[in-house]
Amino acid sequence: MDVAIIGIGLHPFGRSPTLTGQQQGASAIRTALADAGLTWKDMQFAYGGSQDGGNADALVNELGLTGLQFTNIWNGCATGGSSLHAAYTAIKSGEYDIGVVVGFDKHARGAFNPTPSDWGLDDWYGESGMMLTTQFFAMKFQRYMHDHGISNDSLIRVSEKAFQNGALTPTAWRREALSYEQIANSMMVSNPLRKYMFCSPAEGGAALILCNANIAERYTKKPIYLKAAAVRTRHYGSFEVFSPSQAMNVADAPTVTASNAAFELAGLGPKDVDVMQLQDTDSGTEIIHMAENGFCEHGEQEKLLREGATKINGSMPVNTDGGCLANGEPVGASGLRQVHEICVQLRGEGGARQVSGSPKVGYTHVYGAPGLSGVNILTR
Amino acid sequence: MTQQIAIKEGLFTWPAEKPELLGSRCIHCGEAAFPAQNDCRACGSRETEITALGNRGTLWTWTIQSFMPKSPYLSDETPETFKPYGVGYVEMPGGVRVESRFELIEGQVPHIGMSLDLVILPFRTDESGQEIMMFSFKPAEE
Ligand SMILES: [Zn+2]
Repeated sequence: MDVAIIGIGLHPFGRSPTLTGQQQGASAIRTALADAGLTWKDMQFAYGGSQDGGNADALVNELGLTGLQFTNIWNGCATGGSSLHAAYTAIKSGEYDIGVVVGFDKHARGAFNPTPSDWGLDDWYGESGMMLTTQFFAMKFQRYMHDHGISNDSLIRVSEKAFQNGALTPTAWRREALSYEQIANSMMVSNPLRKYMFCSPAEGGAALILCNANIAERYTKKPIYLKAAAVRTRHYGSFEVFSPSQAMNVADAPTVTASNAAFELAGLGPKDVDVMQLQDTDSGTEIIHMAENGFCEHGEQEKLLREGATKINGSMPVNTDGGCLANGEPVGASGLRQVHEICVQLRGEGGARQVSGSPKVGYTHVYGAPGLSGVNILTR
Repeated sequence: MTQQIAIKEGLFTWPAEKPELLGSRCIHCGEAAFPAQNDCRACGSRETEITALGNRGTLWTWTIQSFMPKSPYLSDETPETFKPYGVGYVEMPGGVRVESRFELIEGQVPHIGMSLDLVILPFRTDESGQEIMMFSFKPAEE
């Protein structure tokens, strides 16, 4: 049984000072329902999650107490991916025909400040100044540059492309293109990563209406099929955030295993993908993820980026809506924003940022703490 | 004399003339971990033993923390007195890469492969006036 996405909705990312996180989630659901021509009472189930925006199932207070099964999902950066995976299996199993997934968030300004005990760590690790995600991403990329001959030029080009695409995306947070020089000269945060190479916590909401593919054409002329949804966690030896030590032998990242699993499920390969969303918590991770998801060899990115391959008009368009760099990262909503953008592209509704040639296959990838990854493959 | 106590018991030998980092080693698969843990993340065994990891290592990757971190960071510094510090993974003879702060030398860019020596330094002073001692590394003098 195939699963189709028949409605998509986004509450603009960035800052919505007058709205709670839950209201932004409800706003995304209303947009998605209207897109599918459905109402809240048509929903048989809901999966949703948020890090700092409160309980997802409290959205019924905004949308109506219809008695549906509503399950809260919390799975770090893969919260959206895990919600979508739950909906995918609920429909594939035949238990439900139609439902919604939602993600939303509202984070305080500035970097996240994690509590060591939440991560199974002792206080000394945080107190001594080693518990910063920015440090981890910097160290991971420092080593990647060393191993694969990538230079700063690649980092700058990823950011340049992100803000160019953000400028074309009405729902993006950062809508101003930045020059190569502005990025190259921005403040060094954590060597080799500079200010405009990091995404920031933000606010926003995203929702998708899914149904059994057999009934999709009742609701839309442009159903998008979810061919694969896979979520994987780290193996021993994977180099992950908040690790006081690492094994000597580096294992494949969870991205690699999630990606392989998704391609196998979909019966497709990296060469079939026309447009993709790759987690870009910082510019360096986007570069690593190009290879970890199988879209190029390690080290090949330098040349691809110099040629503009990942731009909207390039051979492998990445993060056409500006990704996390231009949209910010409301953790609960971020993964579903990716799927939303792929649906927009596959429907041909991208406007100024539409990938040409009527893309048929799209791909989304999230990766985050504490070492998990979610991949979705979509077709029209 | 000011009393000096380790930031956490069991991270390094202290007090000691030549302190070493302490970790655990799985008696089944031999994998080492830092800090020491009861269970082995590699094979799932519950039999591990405390092991010394050594006091000279090689820098595997690094970055520079250029601004004062917010909570949970807990030092005596103010944003004005804060000095940037290195953070890296140091490959130890005990067979594990340990994340640690390391000392930056003015005018020298850290590099992968450089030799680093373990140092135990006062990190902050607690409410009762005791110095909290923390492990760090400094570039080795060959
Ligand atoms: Zn073991």
